[in-house]
Amino acid sequence: MSEVEVQQSVVLKPGSTAPDFTLHSTPDQSVSLSQFRGNPTILAFYPADFSPVCGDQMTLYNQVLPEFQRFNAELLGISVDGVWSHLAFSKDRNLHFPLLSDFEPKGAVAKRYGVYRQQDGMTERALFVLDSNGIIRWSYVSPIGVNPGAEGILKALESLSESK
Amino acid sequence: MKTEIVKLTLPVSSDRDHIQGRTSAPVTLIEYGDYECPYCGQAYPIIKEVQKQLGNKLRFVFRNFPLAEIHPHAEHAAEAAEAAAVQNRFWEMHDYIFEHQQALDDKHLEKYAENLRLNLAKFNNEMSSHVHAGRIREDFLSGIHSGVNGTPTFYINGIRYNDSWDLGTLLERLRSAI
Repeated sequence: MSEVEVQQSVVLKPGSTAPDFTLHSTPDQSVSLSQFRGNPTILAFYPADFSPVCGDQMTLYNQVLPEFQRFNAELLGISVDGVWSHLAFSKDRNLHFPLLSDFEPKGAVAKRYGVYRQQDGMTERALFVLDSNGIIRWSYVSPIGVNPGAEGILKALESLSESK
Repeated sequence: MKTEIVKLTLPVSSDRDHIQGRTSAPVTLIEYGDYECPYCGQAYPIIKEVQKQLGNKLRFVFRNFPLAEIHPHAEHAAEAAEAAAVQNRFWEMHDYIFEHQQALDDKHLEKYAENLRLNLAKFNNEMSSHVHAGRIREDFLSGIHSGVNGTPTFYINGIRYNDSWDLGTLLERLRSAI
């Protein structure tokens, strides 16, 4: 199987319960996935802070945040970077959503979602949209070098709100 | 690397879009851009050269995609260009802004309007009441729904262009779309 095919076969699919986790968002604060029950949640796994382009994925989502908020959805960014890198990155990009640090044990949460790149030691560029009960309703793994944009997330959120 | 085909969702319309070139041109190039983005600044002279080389064969369209959270002047710069558009000087202001990216605070935007001999009272009124913010948001959302993921993002004949926009590559791709 190609690398892409292996990846598509291990990533958690719609219908599965999203594994709960608790990760640091800052040196002294933690965030648990379960605290967002009751609202849709977007998990955006991304390889690393500070890619050198205007409109890297987190910058883009930061700009699109009001559109996610129309669905009462929360956005969480997750990479294996440590909390200090996240703090600097978040400040530099003026981010208004948490960045979570899947740092210790490295990639443990990403592994449970099937989105850890063993060969690189970082997460895939992967998106999950969870409904208000914590069930995965959409997931997508983008080629590592391609910013998947926001449209897939918005479509998933729309179909969530339509199926109510 | 295989990349998917991503399509523009809001077709070009002379009722709303800023267009250079004829409707009948065989190739349409759309740029979703941010006036404070350095990459868009780099693309600016490349587009000019492409327009020069392709002449009548090219129709160029500019749409707004300001990344306001990281570019604090991008939104107002976009509004300034839209205000200039109302006075039929969109492209002059668009060009002026890209040629002065290091000075985009409100005072300078007003100076540029003055240099372009716009009706200043009208310009300033529209800037302070943010009359054009809605149009800019409409551009932005059309970009999001069309798969714009950063700036600049280009579309050639309605399909997102994913390759390098260096002059050579871009020209070759545009020529092959004719």
